[in-house]
Amino acid sequence: MKKLWNAIPWWGRKLIQYVLVTTFWLGIWALAAYGVGESLLLPTPIEVLKRLCELCGQADFWTTVVTSLGRILYGVVIAVLCGTLLAAATHFVPFLYTLFYPLITVIRSTPVASFIILAYLWIDRNTLPSFIAVLMVLPVVWANLHEALGAVDKQLLEMAEAFGFSGWKKLVRIYLPSVIPAFLASCRSSVGLAWKAGVAAEILIVPLVSIGRMLSESKLYLETTDLFAWTLTVILLSLLLELILLFAIKGLSRRGKSRLPSEVTDHE
Amino acid sequence: MSDMLTFEKVSLTLGDKEILRDFDLRLSSGDRLVVMGPSGRGKTSLLRLAAGLIKPDSGKILRSSARISVQFQEPRLLPWRTALENVNAVLSDKKETLPEAMKWLSAVKLAEAADKYPAELSGGMAQRVALARALAHDGDLYLLDEPFRGLDTALREEMIRLVKAETQNAAVLLITHDPEVAQQFGGSILEMQP
Repeated sequence: MKKLWNAIPWWGRKLIQYVLVTTFWLGIWALAAYGVGESLLLPTPIEVLKRLCELCGQADFWTTVVTSLGRILYGVVIAVLCGTLLAAATHFVPFLYTLFYPLITVIRSTPVASFIILAYLWIDRNTLPSFIAVLMVLPVVWANLHEALGAVDKQLLEMAEAFGFSGWKKLVRIYLPSVIPAFLASCRSSVGLAWKAGVAAEILIVPLVSIGRMLSESKLYLETTDLFAWTLTVILLSLLLELILLFAIKGLSRRGKSRLPSEVTDHE
Repeated sequence: MSDMLTFEKVSLTLGDKEILRDFDLRLSSGDRLVVMGPSGRGKTSLLRLAAGLIKPDSGKILRSSARISVQFQEPRLLPWRTALENVNAVLSDKKETLPEAMKWLSAVKLAEAADKYPAELSGGMAQRVALARALAHDGDLYLLDEPFRGLDTALREEMIRLVKAETQNAAVLLITHDPEVAQQFGGSILEMQP
């Protein structure tokens, strides 16, 4: 049996593991649903999948998904840009670090629901999920990049200084390769966070076209199967975003053969 | 011969340790100065002062050279660039100068390691890539800190010959703790005393 298992290529083994684990949990869900016996309380996986397939056939579903996704990703892009600029500024001007640190700490420590309610006083319902995404992503990108900039190999910077590298050359040859792994890792960890917080904001403030509205209405009209189908959509999109970022990270690592300075070892 | 590097009454203290006091030095093109002495006597600090990487507490350091080539005690190679790209980084950093970078790698006997990354090189090989980079920069003042460390005798002698040939018209400040290297390299010797 073990011989047969080992004969399967690694990706095949991984696939089989995924299928078995997923089947196990779907089985638990199905058993629980049959036990409850009322799809208003807990629909079966088949009912949810069927409903999701129906939704996928409707143009409105895709409009809603693309609008929510676009809205939140817009916030993520703004946050990444601002977080990067802020990290560079706070690294090179220590006073700015002292100035911004309390603000970022407050943002990180405040419950997202408080921000949603507060921000709704000043920001319209279509922009608010983007704003919440900014609040979720910016501190993570800033903190990771600020730390990575502080960890840039001083000996390499000194070498660049001695050979008269221009500021641009230092940026491209030393700073960027040093911080890219931290930058991508922070993007990966914060995008999922932004997506979930953005959808939570949509649920609370119900923009006209949004996944949040669909979830909210499903709950309101006790369409539990719809609620599960939309929740599954949120989960699948979250996984998709993470997968896209993972491939981007792998692609960049392959292209740049990125190695952190600490990874350099002496073989002699 | 024009002065490339001048120290005038330079003093430097690092922490509570006095490294230099009223130190004078004049290096002109064609001069070779070998700095020797036990570890911790400030040889590397002298090189860092000469390269302008640290400032003296008092005194003046004048550099009339347009280009300074430095080899540090550590190779200090860009980990994400190949050996060839590391040498090319001090040239134009563009494709056009890759053949020239290759010429310098061949000169230090590392042509076959051109596509290797620093993590894939041994300490001695990385040191030679750093030497190739310093030579490729074609300075008129060379500041070399233990450039032949970790090399076997035959290779070391070959590298010393190479450095001597390529720096004939430049001023060279070489730091070593090895009397044999000092002797083979020639020039004046400055012994830093405890």
